[in-house]
Amino acid sequence: MPASDQNSVELEEKVEELNNKLKTGGFTGSYDIANSTLRLLRKVIAGSKWNNARELMDRVKSVGKLIVASQRSETSVGNMVRRVLKLIREEYARCRGNPEGGDVQSESLHRMFTDNAKTEDYSVPILNVDFKAVVIEAVNEILIELENSADNIAMQALEHIHSDEVIMTAGRSRTVEKFLKQAARKRRFQVIVVECAPFYHGQELAWSLADAQIDTTVITDSAVFAIMSRVNKVIIGTHSVMANGGLKSINGSHTIALAAKYHSVPMIVCASMFKLSPVYLCSSDQAAFNKFVSPHSVLDFADEEGMPHLTSTDC
Amino acid sequence: MDHQHVTPQTQKTTKKKNKKKSPKGVQQQQQQCSDSQVVHDSECSEPQATQGQYVTSKEQPDHDIIRQVPEQQQPAAKGNKDQSQSAENTGQSNKNPTTPPADDPANKEALQQSRAQKKLRKQQRKAGGGQTEGTQQQQLGQQQQHNTQSHGHGKSDHHAKSQGNLVANIDTPVVQKSKVELKAERRAKQEAQRAAKSAEQGKGGKKGDVGMLAGSAAVPKRVPDQVRADEEKVQKKLARKLEKQQVPQRISAQKKVKLFMHLHQYEKTTSPTQGILINGSMHPAMLRLGLQYAEGFIQGSNARCIALLYALKQVFSDYSTPPHKELARELDAKIKPYITFLNQCRPLSVSMGNAIKYLKMLITNMPPELSDDEAKKKLNKAIDTYYLEKIQLAGTAISNFAIQKITDGDVILVYACSSLIQKVLCAAKDKNKRFQVIVVDSRPKLEGKEMLRRLVKHGITCSYVLINAISYIMPEVSKVILGAHALLANGYVMSRCGSSQITLMAKSYNVPVLVCCETYKFCERVQTDSFVSNELGDPDDLVRIDYNKAPLADWREKKYLSLLNLVYDVTPPDFVNVVITEVGMIPCTSVPVVLRVKNVEAN
Repeated sequence: MPASDQNSVELEEKVEELNNKLKTGGFTGSYDIANSTLRLLRKVIAGSKWNNARELMDRVKSVGKLIVASQRSETSVGNMVRRVLKLIREEYARCRGNPEGGDVQSESLHRMFTDNAKTEDYSVPILNVDFKAVVIEAVNEILIELENSADNIAMQALEHIHSDEVIMTAGRSRTVEKFLKQAARKRRFQVIVVECAPFYHGQELAWSLADAQIDTTVITDSAVFAIMSRVNKVIIGTHSVMANGGLKSINGSHTIALAAKYHSVPMIVCASMFKLSPVYLCSSDQAAFNKFVSPHSVLDFADEEGMPHLTSTDC
Repeated sequence: MDHQHVTPQTQKTTKKKNKKKSPKGVQQQQQQCSDSQVVHDSECSEPQATQGQYVTSKEQPDHDIIRQVPEQQQPAAKGNKDQSQSAENTGQSNKNPTTPPADDPANKEALQQSRAQKKLRKQQRKAGGGQTEGTQQQQLGQQQQHNTQSHGHGKSDHHAKSQGNLVANIDTPVVQKSKVELKAERRAKQEAQRAAKSAEQGKGGKKGDVGMLAGSAAVPKRVPDQVRADEEKVQKKLARKLEKQQVPQRISAQKKVKLFMHLHQYEKTTSPTQGILINGSMHPAMLRLGLQYAEGFIQGSNARCIALLYALKQVFSDYSTPPHKELARELDAKIKPYITFLNQCRPLSVSMGNAIKYLKMLITNMPPELSDDEAKKKLNKAIDTYYLEKIQLAGTAISNFAIQKITDGDVILVYACSSLIQKVLCAAKDKNKRFQVIVVDSRPKLEGKEMLRRLVKHGITCSYVLINAISYIMPEVSKVILGAHALLANGYVMSRCGSSQITLMAKSYNVPVLVCCETYKFCERVQTDSFVSNELGDPDDLVRIDYNKAPLADWREKKYLSLLNLVYDVTPPDFVNVVITEVGMIPCTSVPVVLRVKNVEAN
């Protein structure tokens, strides 16, 4: 008992830790968030007490809800939780010996409406196979896939970038950085990086690309439309991809997209699978999907003397 | 178009007069030519200056024409010769060899030759002559042809030699011929030159004026030097000019962005006045102005223009014409190095360019009978009127129009800092309209902070965002009001870098865009993108960030890294809904109409 209590206490601590980190913005990107979430869920699966798949799923769901609630705008958390749940269902079905279970077909709309038969309960305990080990192995597979996602995307770089191209990118996306560096091994091209105030991630990306001997130019956010007429392709990373194909990405991407459309420049988005989310958000619901930080980087409080009617926004 | 047809002819004739008079006239024209380099945005509107430049500075066309004459002359001359030979054979010398198969101008020449021959015959009849008339006339005709050619070819040589001894017999008529006929020959030569040139251009058909018009059509439009920084020749010419005018040359930037190699960019390490001689001819007001421009103390097209007018007033008041010299020429020559210096400190804005053009026109048209004091008074008054009419009153008129467009409850978006927009908003506030303002700002200048300060001081509720956030803020905006640096002749709006993005976003959210611009900022230049002509700011401005982060501090050491700091960009006219000027609210595409009306008024 004390062991399991300790275990559960540890687990709760871990969950709290993750929540706090999410709330205070301690992560540097959605990859890190996804990674941490998966590892935490793996610990939950390994550490908590459950008898059957149903209990396991409930446990995972409850932890998931807690984490999602602490930072609603980070959709990768929810994505990972859903992924794990699906994984559990699949493994359960496979272990039960059901050939159909685990297939996509079983979840098709058609079957849902026509087949009045088995609504899976997932409550039958699996005894022949160490279900825990199976599930944990599957979670490990997802983790490996996650870690290799950026490399897998970068492998395709040469198919999309030809010689002497002018490519525009914005902010600092790990995926895009790898993508461009991979292409630069074989092809010569120019990159124009938008610096993206007030965090200036673009400047860091430019530094790193110049180290990799890619011709890089840094421009301000205001010059996007002016420069766009000379750009061949726009390649950006994104925070998440929504259910209708829309993007939730770095501040300024909307402007870049509009400018690209006006000049008929193709726009390529490099995103790993964990960023695809079934959520559909529209920009009028800013509170749900946007993240606001302190405006001090935009307008310092020290400048505010004698400026009583001032609101400053930074998002 | 008529304008263009008129000037080349006058220019050409004046050039000819100057050629005969003295080198002074030529020098004046050369001065005019280099002026056109300085007033960078008015090339289109000064065809006479460009024409003058092409014609006088190189003085090639005549040489070209002279070189071309012999080739062209050959077929005509040969035609003449053949017919005259046949005339000789048939013994009918009185018939004019007037219908050779060549062009009409060649005909003219032949006509004149025949007229000359007739006159000679008359004289000979008086002098007396027999049957040798015919042969003599033919010989004279042939000799005349021989004279009009610069150098002989084949047949003509042969003829000259074969007729050589016969020619020697008729000395006196030859002398008489030279007196009377030299003029005809000269006329024939000119006609031949014109003919040759028109034939060369491939524009036959018309007589007389063809030569001139063909000449004007052949003169290429001169590309302004500010967009030719990548050409060695142009750079050397600039260096020579700067040396001649005692203006220190700034060091070119070492690391230029490839896309913008054709634009000037200077290193900011040295002050532009470092090389100025202490006893040099630079007026201190101009020195101060140049430094203020270079350091960025005076920003904004209106402010720069007003500062320039003020400094020029001081220059004029301190100026005195040296004895036996004309004010028109001397003052013009005095101002030129100042303008070059200002251009080196910071490229001239369109507003400054138009003001300088206006003042130069006044100076060169100053009647010489006015005394120094009167002329200076006139100039001062002109400057005051220009400022009052074109800038101050125009601003008031524009704000009166714009206030009609602002309603209660509006959320107005403005970008960076524009003195005109500030005037409009403050006037609207004074009229007790209730509205809010969102100020959009961008790096590296962050001029929006200044605009913010001024608006808040006036008691207007403001918000402040950076330009990345416009897609977030645009759904709440009811209208966008922007200022402009210049309006181009094809309807494009040249403004602070970033305004095109704002109009693009506004269009996608269906928010109306109003541009406020005085008519003195309208310019005849045409450009469709922000590359061909722009100003490059200091790239180090991008490195400086307010708090201690500076990831690009050593960017010069990285071979593959370059920074780009664009100052202006052009907005296509389909993004702008209306342009508010002092002559009314016009669509973007009406700019050339206004320009045309202004030109007509000025003339």
